[in-house]
Amino acid sequence: MTDIANELDLLRRMVLIRRFEERCAQLYQQSEIHGFLHLYIGEEAVAVGVMDAIGPDDGVVATYREHGHALMKGVPAGAVMAEMFGRVDGCSGGRGGSMHLFDAHHRFYGGNAIVGGGLPLAVGLALADVERGRSAVTACFFGEGAVAEGEFHEAMNLAALWSLPVLFCCENNLYAMGTALTRSQADTDLTTRAETYGMPATAVDGMDVMAVAAAAHAAVAAMRTDVGPRFLELRTYRFRAHSMYDPELYRNKDEVAEWRERDPIGLLVQHLRSDGRLDEGTLETIEKAVRDEVDEAVEFGMRSPSEPVEDLLRHVYAEETTS
Amino acid sequence: MTTTDRTTTTPAPTDGSADGPTTITCREAMRAAIAAAITADDRVFVMGEDVGRYGGCFAVTAGLLDRFGERRIRDTPLSESGFVGAGVGAAIGGLLPIVEIMTVNFSLLALDQIMNTAATFRHMSGGQIGVPLVIRTTTGGGRQLAAQHSHSLDGWFAHIPGIKVVTPSTADDFRWMLGRALDDPDPVLIFEHGALYGVSGPVSASDPEIDNETALVRRTGSDITIVTYGGTLPPSLVAAERLAGDGIDVEVVDLRSLRPLDDATIMSSVARTHRVVIVDEGWRSGGISAEISSRIVEQAFYELDAAPVRVCTAEVPLPYPSHLEQAALPNVDRIITATRGALESDDGP
Repeated sequence: MTDIANELDLLRRMVLIRRFEERCAQLYQQSEIHGFLHLYIGEEAVAVGVMDAIGPDDGVVATYREHGHALMKGVPAGAVMAEMFGRVDGCSGGRGGSMHLFDAHHRFYGGNAIVGGGLPLAVGLALADVERGRSAVTACFFGEGAVAEGEFHEAMNLAALWSLPVLFCCENNLYAMGTALTRSQADTDLTTRAETYGMPATAVDGMDVMAVAAAAHAAVAAMRTDVGPRFLELRTYRFRAHSMYDPELYRNKDEVAEWRERDPIGLLVQHLRSDGRLDEGTLETIEKAVRDEVDEAVEFGMRSPSEPVEDLLRHVYAEETTS
Repeated sequence: MTTTDRTTTTPAPTDGSADGPTTITCREAMRAAIAAAITADDRVFVMGEDVGRYGGCFAVTAGLLDRFGERRIRDTPLSESGFVGAGVGAAIGGLLPIVEIMTVNFSLLALDQIMNTAATFRHMSGGQIGVPLVIRTTTGGGRQLAAQHSHSLDGWFAHIPGIKVVTPSTADDFRWMLGRALDDPDPVLIFEHGALYGVSGPVSASDPEIDNETALVRRTGSDITIVTYGGTLPPSLVAAERLAGDGIDVEVVDLRSLRPLDDATIMSSVARTHRVVIVDEGWRSGGISAEISSRIVEQAFYELDAAPVRVCTAEVPLPYPSHLEQAALPNVDRIITATRGALESDDGP
C-alpha cells in the first residue's frame, strides 16, 4: 500500500483543479470555450483523494465532468486546456472537447458523456489487465445518476462475477443534472446496491480529502492482493450549476450555502491552520504556483493551432485503412 | 421465398488453393475460424450468451468450451450492453475479443456501446485509442421466429462511421472473414444470416487473401446486374440460373461488406450491364439498397439504361405465419419479376 500524499500536496492539487476550472468558466464567458462545460468545483476532494491511490499503470474511466480526474492522472494542464479550445495540442487532438478528455499514455480513457456508459468499459479494461497478467486496477468514476442506468447493474454484476479489479467510485453529488436522488431512487443508500452484488462498499465524506484518500488507499491495497471489485460512495456536492446553461431551479440557495461551508479546500486549509502547518506565506506560494501553471496552460492552449479542415475525415478508422 | 428455394450449396471459393477445397457448412466454417483464431493468438477469446456450456444458440461455438476452457470461451449473463462494453474495454486493454450477440435484435440493447463507445473512441481521442473488437451476430428472417428475432438491421449499422460491417454469404467467407476482422484495428460487425448456417460450400484450405471489403462477382453476366449480400445471395443466384434458361444473362455481385461499400466493383459491373437490381432483406425505406441505388445514380448515371430497381422486405415487423413471412421477404420469384421488369423498362437516361 502506497502512502497517502502530504496534506499540503493534496491541498495544492485541489487548488489546481479549482483555479483551472474557474479560468475555464471565465474563458467560456469570453467565448473562448464552447459546447458543454461541466465544472467540478466543490467536488475536488473526490478526484484528488481517489487518484492519490491510483498509480501510473492503473486505468481511469471518468465522466463528462472530468477535468480534475484528467489533471490528477497526469494529463498536462496545457493539453487539457488546449482540448477545451479544440486545438491540435489538446489531449484528444481537439476532437473531443471538455467532455472527452483522453490520454492513452496516462491510461486515461475518457471523458464519457453517456451516463453509465463508462462502467462496462472499465470492466473490460480490468478483464484485459487480469488476462495479460498485469496487477493494475481500473478506477471508474460515475455520478449517482448512473445508479439508475441498466449499465450500472450489468457492469457491477460482471465485475463481481468475474472478480475483476474495478474500483467503482460513485460521486454522489445528490443531483442527476436537476433530479434529486430522493426523487429518483427508492432506496437512497447507494452502498446497499453494491453490497447486493457481493462487493465491499464504503460510504465516505467526499468533502474531506484525507478521508477519501484513506478509503481509496485501503480499497486499492485490498484489490492488489485480494481479487474483486470495490465500491466507494463519495458524498459530495456540486457548488456550481450542472453546466453553463443551468438556471438551478431545482435546489435552493440555502442548501448550496450550507454545503459551501464544507468546501473541501476550506476544510483542509482550516485543519492545517489549526495544526499550525499552514501559514499565509505557504498558502500564497501554493496559489502563486497554481496561478502560474494555469496561466501557462491557457497560453499553451491559445498558441496551439486549429486542425486544418482538410483533416476532417481523420481519426474515424486507423490511418492505414480507408473507408 | 420458400425454404427449399435456398440453394443447398454456396459458391466455390474464387481462388482454390493447391490443397483443394473441402466442403463444410457455414456453421462449421465459422467454428473452424474461431478455433483457428484462438489457437493462433492468446489474446483472442469469445464472449457472449450461451457460447460455452450450451454450445451457442445456433451451435456455432459447440465443443469449443471443452477444447479451450472458460477463459477463452466466456459465458456471460444476459447483459448485452455490459458484455459488449466489456468487449470494448478488453479490446482497448490489449485483448482481441470476439463478442457474440445471439440475434441482431438483441444488439439493440448494446447499441449504446456499439455506437457511442466502439464507433467513437478513436475519433474522440484524436486517433489515440482504437477498438479492435469483433462482434458476431445472427441476422435475418425466414425461420418463423416472428418480429423480435428476424430482422435485418445490417444497413442500420452500416450508417455509422467508425465501425465496419461485413456479411459473409459463402462457406469460404464464413471461414476466412473472421481472421481478417480480428486483424483490423477497428471494430468489425459480422452479420451472419441464420438461414446460411446449415448451407454447405467449399472452403479453401488456406486464406484466399481477398480482403473483407472487396465485393465479388459470384456469377458473370452481360444483360443485368443483381447487387446483393448475405442471406439474399443464394436466392439471387437461383434467380439468375432460372433467367439463364430464358436466355437472360445475369451478373451477381456479392457486396460482402456494407461499410465500406466497394463502389468500384458495383460501378464496373453496372458499366458492363447497364441495368441493376438491388436485393436486400432490410426494409426498403432508408435501407442499404437506397444507399447503393443512390451511389449508382451519382456515379454511373450515364451507364444506366433503366432506373435501378430494389427488392426489399415488405414494411412490416416480420409476422409469424410462414405464408405471410415468406410474402414479406425477398424471394426467387420476386427477384425474377424485378429483374424482368428492369430489362423491359426503358426509362433510363
